[in-house]
Amino acid sequence: MKISAGRIILFVAMCLLAEPVAVLAHELSGYVSAEGRFFFNDPALSEQERDSGSFAFQPEYYHEWEDGSAFLFVPFGRLDSADSERTHFDIRELNYLRVCDDLELRLGVGKVFWGVTEFVHLVDIINQTDLVENIDEEEKLGQPMVHVSAPRDWGVLDLFLLPAFRERTFPGRKGRLRTARVVDTDHPVYESDSEEYHVDFAARYSSTIGDWDFGIYHFVGTGREPTLLPRVDKKGRAIFTPFYEQINQTGLDVQLVTGQWLWKLESLYRTGQGDGFFASVPGCEYTLVGVAGSDMDLGVLGEYAHDDRGDNAPTVYENDFMFGLRLAVNDADGSEILAGLIQDLDSRSRALSIEGSRRFGSNWKLSLQAWGFLESAADDLLFNVRDDDFLQVELAYYF
Amino acid sequence: MRRLQLVLKLALIPLMVVSVARAQSPAEKGLAIAQEADERDTGFGDFTANMQMILMNRRGQKSERKIRIRTLQVKDDGDKSLTIFDTPRDVKGTAFLNFTHKVGDDDQWLYLPALKRVKRISSRNKSGSFMGSEFSYEDISSQEVEKYTYKWIRDETHEGRECFVIEYYPVDKKNSGYTRQVTWIDKKEYRVWKVEYYDRKNSLLKTLTVKGYQKYLDRYWRCDEMFMINHQTGKSTRLVMSDYKFRTGLKDSDFNQNSLRRVR
Repeated sequence: MKISAGRIILFVAMCLLAEPVAVLAHELSGYVSAEGRFFFNDPALSEQERDSGSFAFQPEYYHEWEDGSAFLFVPFGRLDSADSERTHFDIRELNYLRVCDDLELRLGVGKVFWGVTEFVHLVDIINQTDLVENIDEEEKLGQPMVHVSAPRDWGVLDLFLLPAFRERTFPGRKGRLRTARVVDTDHPVYESDSEEYHVDFAARYSSTIGDWDFGIYHFVGTGREPTLLPRVDKKGRAIFTPFYEQINQTGLDVQLVTGQWLWKLESLYRTGQGDGFFASVPGCEYTLVGVAGSDMDLGVLGEYAHDDRGDNAPTVYENDFMFGLRLAVNDADGSEILAGLIQDLDSRSRALSIEGSRRFGSNWKLSLQAWGFLESAADDLLFNVRDDDFLQVELAYYF
Repeated sequence: MRRLQLVLKLALIPLMVVSVARAQSPAEKGLAIAQEADERDTGFGDFTANMQMILMNRRGQKSERKIRIRTLQVKDDGDKSLTIFDTPRDVKGTAFLNFTHKVGDDDQWLYLPALKRVKRISSRNKSGSFMGSEFSYEDISSQEVEKYTYKWIRDETHEGRECFVIEYYPVDKKNSGYTRQVTWIDKKEYRVWKVEYYDRKNSLLKTLTVKGYQKYLDRYWRCDEMFMINHQTGKSTRLVMSDYKFRTGLKDSDFNQNSLRRVR
């Protein structure tokens, strides 16, 4: 079957006009959590607060009709004792899904993840990073979208129309884990005259062939990763103004399974932010099943990140090697530990992260996360957070 | 014409029974019984069911999981299955997609709802625990005839039923957690009632007992309860099955990465 623009418009119209049948479920779930961040050293800047405590909630309402169409609403909020920027509210998801024949339509605020590697999420682009949530860049803001997906025998074609842009969140003046200059998120600058209402597009083809899973996409629109321009604000303070360019980005993600080995690659080519550049993350993962006669599985991970922009890249991962160990205890409490070491290959910069979690009973979950910024060269982004070694303790109640 | 076909079919039935019962080597007899059991369960098309998993440790502490399963039979290959977790709540929405293959490794994907991420995983992890339970991935995955070699050991009356006792030897010896599985299959309906699992050192690791078989679509037997005890750790897992539904209209397209992402 050919997929033309006309067909898609017809399909969208039909989907919206068709009446769903009977109601199957009103489902409420989600979590509330309390978190403490404890820093081992005094902050580098006197305006920063030392430790912080916060509360977060993320309820989820889901409703499905008999024909398979569904409505999903996931708001999120956090109250933070130290950082007014980390105190924030977001609609993670608010969308309507309709499945017609072998086409899917999703309308509203949604969340999409692309990628295969563990340390860096290079090709993931649809959703903006909610950086104040976690420095691992895995938390994302909800993205308004019209998403049509066509799964076929020859693979899956996904088309996205993104009518509005979300700015990246950055820690505020009192917050830690930030650049010495505060990023002024109240006054972003855009290359496009339509600013945050520039309409972005993306198309992705993905498929599984034997032991290979791969996806290739092209994105046209507002870049998610801003260029930080050094400026002075009205009060005479040195700040960064985020500048969002119009970019073209082609991305590829591949994974191969061979026995207990997983081989991974994420790669992209981007134009629109200065010279065009490539960035890649190849990696592999090996799983040892039942280590030392126990039920535990140990995963060993190795990844290498390269970015053509070198030290000018607005990322820690420009020429770095990452090594990780993941221990799954396979117990009733779902205990897990993941330890990672990030080593910059052209400076001495090095960071260590450890995260672990386990359940208590059937509704409580305790998560620990620690980062140690062991060494940092003055020209590396890690230099900004050299005094910010921390331990984060989170207790969440799932309902 | 239709009557003629029926007569022909009826005429074939004694032949099939004879082929199983005929004097054969223990290996041939074991294989024939496994094939017959498989044949009798072929043709259901698809089914869905709910599963309650009760984990118990040595001290008797219990924890519970609620799971839904969807299975589709595939012509000339292993089944496709989708496993969806409802509880514990922190893993709610996690889903596991498995394409069983008669020959070679299965294809497996895991969906992690918090990150919206589909992960291809290595299916070599056969001996690994499924959700912290005493069931391993190989215990719960589709039991294709080609995945084992067989040996008939003896006939025995087990809980009042005449049974074949057969040993299963994994073809993939390197990745299986077992050297052999001793299986009790009743002669009348070819249902599994008990399995003893022997670990790589050939000592008894676990025993599975099955209870409450019921017949669906007038042909397919499904159990209400499975109980797995680990003799080496003292831990056990009870699986309570409910709401079996057959021929629900599941299609190939309900078992791909899109449906895995969509699943609730």
